[in-house]
Amino acid sequence: MEHLSFEFGPFPSRPRPAAPVIVGVVGSGNMEALCEPASLGGKMRVEVHTSARGFAATWEAVLGDFAARVKVPDVVVTINDAGATPAVVGLRLAQAAAELEAP
Amino acid sequence: MSKVWNHGEQEKARRLAAAAAAGLGKVVDAGRIGDLLAAVLASGDRICVEGNNQKHADFLSQALAKLDPAAVNNLHVVQSNLALSSHLDLFERGIAKRLDFCFSGDQGVRMARLVKEGRIELGAIHTYLELYSRYFVDLTPRVSFIAAQSADSEGNLYTGPNTEDTPAIVEATAFKNGILIAQVNELVDKVPRVDVPADWVSFVVKAPKPHHIEPIFTRDPANITEIQILMAMMVIKGIYGPYEIARLNHGIGFDTAAIELILPTYGESLGLKGKICRYMSVNPCPTLIPAIEAGWVEAIHCAGSELGMEGYTAARPDVFFNGPDGTMRSNRVFCQLAGHYSDLFIGSTLQVDLEGNSSTATATRLTGFGGAPNFGSESRGRRHVSPGWLKAGRESARPGQATVPRGRKLVVQMVETFREKMQPTFVDKLDAWALMETFNLELPPVMIYGDDITHVVTEEGIAHLHKCATLEEREQAIRNVAGYTEVGLARDRKAGEKLRQRGIVQRPEDIGVDPRIATRDLLSARSIKDLVRISGGLYDPPKRFRNW
Repeated sequence: MEHLSFEFGPFPSRPRPAAPVIVGVVGSGNMEALCEPASLGGKMRVEVHTSARGFAATWEAVLGDFAARVKVPDVVVTINDAGATPAVVGLRLAQAAAELEAP
Repeated sequence: MSKVWNHGEQEKARRLAAAAAAGLGKVVDAGRIGDLLAAVLASGDRICVEGNNQKHADFLSQALAKLDPAAVNNLHVVQSNLALSSHLDLFERGIAKRLDFCFSGDQGVRMARLVKEGRIELGAIHTYLELYSRYFVDLTPRVSFIAAQSADSEGNLYTGPNTEDTPAIVEATAFKNGILIAQVNELVDKVPRVDVPADWVSFVVKAPKPHHIEPIFTRDPANITEIQILMAMMVIKGIYGPYEIARLNHGIGFDTAAIELILPTYGESLGLKGKICRYMSVNPCPTLIPAIEAGWVEAIHCAGSELGMEGYTAARPDVFFNGPDGTMRSNRVFCQLAGHYSDLFIGSTLQVDLEGNSSTATATRLTGFGGAPNFGSESRGRRHVSPGWLKAGRESARPGQATVPRGRKLVVQMVETFREKMQPTFVDKLDAWALMETFNLELPPVMIYGDDITHVVTEEGIAHLHKCATLEEREQAIRNVAGYTEVGLARDRKAGEKLRQRGIVQRPEDIGVDPRIATRDLLSARSIKDLVRISGGLYDPPKRFRNW
């Protein structure tokens, strides 16, 4: 298990979902992402727990693009990864983004 | 002295006489196959051992590989597919020397070794239509070995649904004084239909076992991933819909199977039924069953058949091309031609470079191409119009180029940015270049050229390559859908945003594809068992696909 932590933002404040959002499942080649509101001075924090070691740079690139796209302030995203490909990570994050942006 | 104009005829007569002298009639006992080959083959002959995508004259191939290389050698093999170990035994044992072929698949590693060792003199790696065409130019077989389902005592042949390459081989051989030997699964009083007339056939042998057929078009829906579903949604909403793709060819693979399986669900929700995917040039892939049953597909012409689909195709004569006997007849040449002149080809590949060239070559295997190069190339002989062809043509027009308007075929490569084991699909340089070096080829074996490709679809989005004005733009469009591969990470973000504004790069959200519904719930069939049920029990999958 490797633990990685990233922070993005701060982003301008905006109405945010009150309830946590969860997408995906923990299973081989898959991952889950849990998005929870938190007071972070407008920042987004991402905690990655991954079974695949040595992909910190890829995570940073994928998550940086995700943060720049959704710009959600004051949220903690917890990722439990069981060896998802970048494509699956991207899909889960896109699903999370769609949930966060849903009215 | 007057010139002799019938050397071929005389030579054929001499060989047939040698067979007759050995006591062999038109129907030869399997135990005497060695005597037959000794009578009708000569060193240096050009031969074709019917090896198709699926159907193989395996008994005859094994018999050939047992010949004495001291008696028969230097054969020149001209056949599309080398899939059996006996095909390569011919070279390993010094019976055959020269090879012109299309595809080797599983035998690719061994073939590479035989070429390196000088046991195979490689003529060229062809596309299917290219090799079949050369049968009628400079590569006409002297002796061809084919496979059929049944024969009558006169030698009329019934090929069954897997007709495949037989007509091309037969026509070239029989009409140039060649000798045609058919292995059949059964001898019958009357064949269900005559696929090859008896007077074109020299000899018939009932093989001890039915000929080998490979079910290469069956994809179990259980293995389709959400990424493939997401990409399938993008293809339907971002390409098939706006270009009104009514006539098309699907490559084989899970990516296109995903498209087929979400037509009745996602396609239906977009109101595209009756507008897209009405006519297809493709094998009877089991994953097409739900779309056919839901009334999407009006007609399908097939290059080959697929094991287990015989009953289904026979029961849907309005959709498939069936004979007066009620069973399907396939034909690879006509299917390739039909697909070539349709509106769109979509397939997958192993590597895409910065110009959009795609290749399935890897440095250590000589595998060849398959159907993609002909299906997936611009049909410059086309003149009839369709909405998508005209739209792609308009979008491809450039200032400073020819002013006469024309259309354009859509050629789509559908790939994930990483393949298994985190191998990047997008590369700076194709492995095809290394292969060229290793085997002293004149050109790198590119499967589909970048300038023939209109769209690359990945989980990141769609790149409309045909809209790019320059090679630099094309490179940036590719990098911007290449995700987190090295090629993708080296993208110019500003250029990417500009391409996005111009609609050259489209993200899923740009075309209204909601990633939240990219789940397996969208599949109209989620297992082989579902396919059997939806077919009303007509689909009879091979044992290896049954897990219930």
